[in-house]
Amino acid sequence: MQLTQKHHEYWNRNLKVTGILLALWFLVTFVMGYFARELNGITVFGFPLGFYMSAQGSLAIYVAIIWFYAHYMNNLDKEYGVHEGKEE
Amino acid sequence: MSSQSTAAFTKQLTKYYGFYTGGFVGFVILVAILEQMGVPAKILGYMFLGATILLYAGIGIMSKTAEVSEYYVAGRRVPAFFNGMATGADWMSAASFIGMAGTLYLAGFDGLAFVLGWTGGYCLVALFLAPYLRKFGQFTIPDFLGARFGGHGPRMIGVFAAIICSFTYVIAQIYGVGLITSRFTGLEFQVGVFVGLAGILVCSFLGGMKAVTWTQVAQYIILIVAYMIPVVWLSIHHGFGPVPQVAYGYALQKVTDREKVLNDKSTPDGAREETVRQIFRDRAAAADAKLKGLETGGSVFLAEEKKKLEDNVAALKTATPQDPKAIEAAEKAVAGFPADAAKAKEQWTKDKGISARAAPIKAHAQPFAGKDEKASDIARKNFLALILCLMVGTAALPHILMRYYTTPSVKDARKSVFWSLFFIFLLYFTAPALAVLAKFDVYTILVGSKFSELPAWVSAWATVDKTLMNISDINGDGIVQLAEIVIGGDLIVLATPEIAGLPYVISGLVAAGGLAAALSTADGLLLTIANAMSHDIYYKMIDPNAPTTRRLAVSKGLLLVVAVIAAYVTSLKPGDILFLVGAAFSLAASGFFPALVCGVFWRRANKLGAILGMLSGLGICMYYMYMTYPFFGVKAPLWWDINPISAGIFGIPAGFIGVIVGSLISAPPSKEVQDLVDHVRYPSLETDYKAAA
Repeated sequence: MQLTQKHHEYWNRNLKVTGILLALWFLVTFVMGYFARELNGITVFGFPLGFYMSAQGSLAIYVAIIWFYAHYMNNLDKEYGVHEGKEE
Repeated sequence: MSSQSTAAFTKQLTKYYGFYTGGFVGFVILVAILEQMGVPAKILGYMFLGATILLYAGIGIMSKTAEVSEYYVAGRRVPAFFNGMATGADWMSAASFIGMAGTLYLAGFDGLAFVLGWTGGYCLVALFLAPYLRKFGQFTIPDFLGARFGGHGPRMIGVFAAIICSFTYVIAQIYGVGLITSRFTGLEFQVGVFVGLAGILVCSFLGGMKAVTWTQVAQYIILIVAYMIPVVWLSIHHGFGPVPQVAYGYALQKVTDREKVLNDKSTPDGAREETVRQIFRDRAAAADAKLKGLETGGSVFLAEEKKKLEDNVAALKTATPQDPKAIEAAEKAVAGFPADAAKAKEQWTKDKGISARAAPIKAHAQPFAGKDEKASDIARKNFLALILCLMVGTAALPHILMRYYTTPSVKDARKSVFWSLFFIFLLYFTAPALAVLAKFDVYTILVGSKFSELPAWVSAWATVDKTLMNISDINGDGIVQLAEIVIGGDLIVLATPEIAGLPYVISGLVAAGGLAAALSTADGLLLTIANAMSHDIYYKMIDPNAPTTRRLAVSKGLLLVVAVIAAYVTSLKPGDILFLVGAAFSLAASGFFPALVCGVFWRRANKLGAILGMLSGLGICMYYMYMTYPFFGVKAPLWWDINPISAGIFGIPAGFIGVIVGSLISAPPSKEVQDLVDHVRYPSLETDYKAAA
């Protein structure tokens, strides 16, 4: 079908949020992983920071990323009228 | 399905699983009472394994089905929350449940690559695949490749890749099943494999994805309970409170302090460690000297060495007073002397390897330990490469992606990825704490204790299995030094209940949890393989007019055949489990990920691109593994020092380049295919492309 302007806008916003969350994912995984030796010099609640991020901190951020994406996109669907099921 | 009936269904499920969890807790209490009444441990082990396998079989029988959509995708009505639990069980294998904490114990920081890789991959699943595949809404991953790129070529390669990575992975799972059944019931490994397999088959055979889903939810509950109880108890036992995930920072500090003391020769404890290390260094040096002698002297040297030992026996025998023990030891040394030069070289090289035990303790929280900066940088490079391969592989393993076909809607698919990672997170968030707590116990309580008064769990495991717990008084001072202990990774989870002083019933529970983890993953994998063959090859390519009954009969028949072949291969005990698992991830990452993602996000991607991308990704990945993994015997030099387990680091870019080049040199995809791309991108369009038509 012919997509409307609105559809393109929806898709662009989807790409944008995907990109931002991907950048965050990259930051906590690879940038913080790369500098783990340096980060270990900082101590937070008794943990060396580099160790803590890889052991637990990044994991919690991953869960938050996915939660945010699901929440954001499910609202975006409604905003642009592309959600499933009309009765909700 | 309307939202009201979904809500009612969820409520009903919650009730069922609530009862089920209560029943399971009751069962554990019953076994605990039996233990107190003096029922032997072996009987309790049988009860645990028997009861759980019967339970899974029961769910399988209740969920039996003859409907195609029920069999392949559980009728697409699994609520997000429950699909999350099922994915968690599907995902967490024997390697996660039993091996993870042990890997962290042994490798310290560097082991965290697995923790990160096996969780962060879900970000990619959520952002790039799950919602789009759900909208596409067919039955298998090759289905998507077939519809998006057209023709049998991409589908066929997809089937090949799905089978190769799932089969590699399933062998590792069945191995775990065999290991647990044999350890806790005393059955032979090979018998254990087939007993466990029976449990897998009853379930998936009768009800396909529907039965597997509901069993996996039940298995998740068992495995998470079994993982948490001992860790929490261990934490309380050592005075760190009931939330080990937070409180282990304090234990980590103590472990770090202790590491410093043991590495410092000027402290009494450190000096005792040093005497043991010196013995290992001397032994390694002696072996090295013999190797050098062998190289220059050849068989003459070998004969001289043997003569020395024989003279020693003779000397001891004539000495007065005679020392029978020394004579026995000397005779043993003669009997064990290598027969020829090749054998001697092999044995002495092995002896020389003992120098590894003379190394100082590696600090637990220290990232990328290496002898110099260069070695440390290489370790860092491999750490990051392994994470990338595991993450991308996570987002490409067909048995996981398939699970997102089973939710009622795109919206639920997105929520379901959240629940999946949440349930996985519970275990992975705990594993680093368990590793540190176990280390705390070993470093502060076991080290420094007397050999005559070893803790019960140490002597018990040392007699059961030397590969898991090997402890001997090397320097003869009667006191345990850290260098005198060799621990196998799997010991950490298996022995935690005993370390924490819990009764045997909890050990049985842990075994049941490990079995649940291995069975649930094996279930999902076998189903993926059988479906790829029955749905994609038989139905889509050979006989598209086959009636439903025949399609399901073929599927079930194939499931049986694949299961038996997998069990047979496993019973031969092939290679290194960790490598098998890593290989499966690298293969999936290189083969599937580029084509799947481009299929959704790049309208221009077409058939030639997909074929080229999948083939070059798989090709490079397999080539690198073949050339560099020692098992294959080529032993070519590494590219940029990347270990063979991370072969995907070359395969993934090769896959993307293949898709891009192949697509650009051939015509853009048809209007119909472009409509399909729109169809998957928007959860709901007014004129939805009907992929089924």
